[in-house]
Amino acid sequence: MCRIGAIKSRNYVHPSQALLLMQSQQKGHDNSGFAMVMHDLGGIFEPYKHLPTLSLACTNEGVRIAEDMLHAAGFQRVMQWMPETDPRPGLDINAMPNYIFQTYDYPKFYKKEDRQTKEDLLLDMRLKLRRALEQDDQGYVYSFWPDVVTLKEIGDPKDIGTYFKLWEPNDRFTARVITAQCRQNTNYDIVRYAAHPFFLQGYTALANGENTFYLKNVELQRKLHRGYIGFESDSQCFLYSLHYVHRHLGWPLSYYKHVITPLPFEEIDGREDRDSLLAIRQSLAHLEINGPNTIIGVLPDNTLFTCCDTKKLRPVVVGRDADTVVISSEVCGINEILPERNWEKDIYPHERETVVIDNQLEVHRWRQ
Amino acid sequence: METVKVQDITANDLPWVIRYDASRCTLCGSCVAACSFRAIEPKVERRRMVFSEGDLPEPKQRFSAVPVIRQVRNLTQYCRGCGICTKVCPNDAIAPARNPDTRHPIVTRCVAGDSIKRGGRKNLEAGTRTLDKLRIGRISQMTDPSLDAQRHTFDLLAPFGRIMPPGKLPFKIGTDGKLEPDGQAPPVRWIYPVVIGDMSIGALSWRMWEAVAMAVAYLNEECGLPVRMCSGEGGVPVRLLKSKYLKYMILQIASGHFGWNRIVKAMPDMVEDPAGVLIKIGQGAKPGDGGLLMAQKVAEHIQAIRGVPKADLLSPPNHQGLYSIEESVQKMFLSFNAAFKFRVPVAIKVAASATSVSVFNNLVRDPYNIVGGFFLDGIDGGTGAAHEVSLDHTGHPIVSKLRDCYLAAVSQGRQGQIPLWAAGGLGRAGDLAADAFKMIALGANGVFTGKLILQMAGCIGNEMGRCNACNTGLCPVGITTQEPRLVHRLDPEKAAQNIVNYFLAMDQELRKLMAPIGNSSLPVGRADALVATDRGVAERLQIQYVC
Repeated sequence: MCRIGAIKSRNYVHPSQALLLMQSQQKGHDNSGFAMVMHDLGGIFEPYKHLPTLSLACTNEGVRIAEDMLHAAGFQRVMQWMPETDPRPGLDINAMPNYIFQTYDYPKFYKKEDRQTKEDLLLDMRLKLRRALEQDDQGYVYSFWPDVVTLKEIGDPKDIGTYFKLWEPNDRFTARVITAQCRQNTNYDIVRYAAHPFFLQGYTALANGENTFYLKNVELQRKLHRGYIGFESDSQCFLYSLHYVHRHLGWPLSYYKHVITPLPFEEIDGREDRDSLLAIRQSLAHLEINGPNTIIGVLPDNTLFTCCDTKKLRPVVVGRDADTVVISSEVCGINEILPERNWEKDIYPHERETVVIDNQLEVHRWRQ
Repeated sequence: METVKVQDITANDLPWVIRYDASRCTLCGSCVAACSFRAIEPKVERRRMVFSEGDLPEPKQRFSAVPVIRQVRNLTQYCRGCGICTKVCPNDAIAPARNPDTRHPIVTRCVAGDSIKRGGRKNLEAGTRTLDKLRIGRISQMTDPSLDAQRHTFDLLAPFGRIMPPGKLPFKIGTDGKLEPDGQAPPVRWIYPVVIGDMSIGALSWRMWEAVAMAVAYLNEECGLPVRMCSGEGGVPVRLLKSKYLKYMILQIASGHFGWNRIVKAMPDMVEDPAGVLIKIGQGAKPGDGGLLMAQKVAEHIQAIRGVPKADLLSPPNHQGLYSIEESVQKMFLSFNAAFKFRVPVAIKVAASATSVSVFNNLVRDPYNIVGGFFLDGIDGGTGAAHEVSLDHTGHPIVSKLRDCYLAAVSQGRQGQIPLWAAGGLGRAGDLAADAFKMIALGANGVFTGKLILQMAGCIGNEMGRCNACNTGLCPVGITTQEPRLVHRLDPEKAAQNIVNYFLAMDQELRKLMAPIGNSSLPVGRADALVATDRGVAERLQIQYVC
């Protein structure tokens, strides 16, 4: 079973906090991998918030292919960071030769384009890179987006932390929002892409539990958007539904819950907004999830939220202090990084609730 | 041999042979009185008995006239194997036995020079069923918990009506950040995923039709199951049209338009909208044929409801003036959506065919978004009357065709926009819940059923040639006849009770199938929940093969 966690803070946080958050829950996962997505970057990335950063794990040949393609497309590199690694013997990690975070400026002829066009360009570029690097297993492109970096690797999370020196806090590699998870997808093949969190155009999602409506979801999503690909994990469906509802349809986040876990017909019938809710339920019936799941999501504006399936068959808890909010599958994770908080104020979201943390760090509880 | 010609019909030429035990018979006459087909008759036989009365053998003989029951040997009054004689016999002295050596299909054609007509269903391949090669094999164990069928709540409803693609929903975002309706969308009704299929007054006796209507009202009003019933092409009693119970009825129109005169005239007096309108293009049991009500069933009240004289009532095989799929859409649009002021969903029923996917694709791509359901009827469906050659040899099985249509929608990302409803032999083995569940997992939104409803009421017909005489007007259990003497055999309240109870049982069973796969909503298209024990079936339906 997965354990998932997220940190959102007023201050920049180092990934060691995410490792600590997950480490105490290790009995609940199988230590088969580590993945994290960082939004709202600090440290060396802070001056480049408006420019896209490529998160790439690849071979030497993969670096060459990716750079050639980016340059051919007109992207100009403005910054590169390759984490210093500690390849000491005995570490349980299935490492790729290179881990590269490169920040690029947009092609000249895109400079005056609107945001939507630039965002579509970034998506198409990432999909192109992914396809090119898939051949001969040359590399993995996790994200190519402003103010976001992604790291995923196969192995023991503790050792992965050691390898990337993530256990040693510093102020060079930080973010205000970090989502993390410590397990490879063991239901299907072990593939780097299959580890949560998943990322698409500013949206991040990670989930706990099996998606029993995976086939229903995937069969519809494949036709909804060119970016809905891969499906190495049944949890990617949660991300794509979030992206579809919030970005593609342009509906407020509160409707995400109505799409994935629609109210029973009897309850819809008693509501003032029954016409809208019924229309949503019937038009998006194939995006319904039927549990057991907990989902944590991040929006492009760095809003963090969590919600569950309607049977609430997977745990989640939200804890906070003045500067930081933490979402975690198990409360022991929060105890680890916010030991001084008032635990009586912890929130255990119910099955009809979406808990939303905005950028002022206010915690909203929306009842579906 | 001079007085018997080899071509004469004998009992051995007929599909059923009466087994009669004179030693048990009390000559009460119940069997003869009860046989609606007049297939047995009393007869006096001359018997010889040899006996001896003295101390030493002195054989003598005595002749006596003994009344017995005998099978009638002709091609109009022959035994259908219905077993009513056995049912009424106090001494178990009589029973029909299936005759594997029957020459009936040959001699009937030879004598009559006409095609054989009968009711019921296909009687070939009674033993093989695709659905029985499927199992619900994806059971929640470790990765996700099974649900508790008794304690969890389940949403067992299916849509009837055209469903808009999400991007075309008429929404705007209001000032409070909520979605608000901004325009009109087609009407959609959420109903129980098992619709009682279209059987007309005329095909059914008035008591049977009333029993179904009563059962539907009871299921809705007392049991909370929103079950809908389709009227069939034969009109609806005016009293029902003007009652609040009309909301449970799906009105059918087929190529004969029987009964629509009265329906249209009742519109100003309707206090409720009907549940929907179903336009019948074809029927799975006899695709390419129109409806057929034999004159012997066109009783006075049928003449009144349909506005016809006593004659064979043949609906044309086509809707007149309908030459293309686009026209069928317009026909629906013009006649019915508008008639009910766009408040009532209109769906279409077609026989499964090699062309079904093309038809479905055309409807799915219809830019007017008005087709509210695709009812697909397979070869194993039933009918009140048809030519035997149509029943046995024309048609298309439902399972793969339904799957094809669903996958066609999937390939366009349009699944669910026209709800798929499947029928044709579902529940043949008695387990409608299992069949319905499997069809839903293959992509159906719901199923519809007719024959099984009749069997709940007491119909004894089956796929192995038993009875199937719905066309004769001589239904031995009062279900498909207008003959008052026979109709009164059916207790409509008991029939309604049986239907209600079957639905309640089925409802429980559907939950018992959803709980193990961990779903509280209907798993429409969740084919990963199914496995097949036959490699060909698995490959064809794109599901996992297991052995």
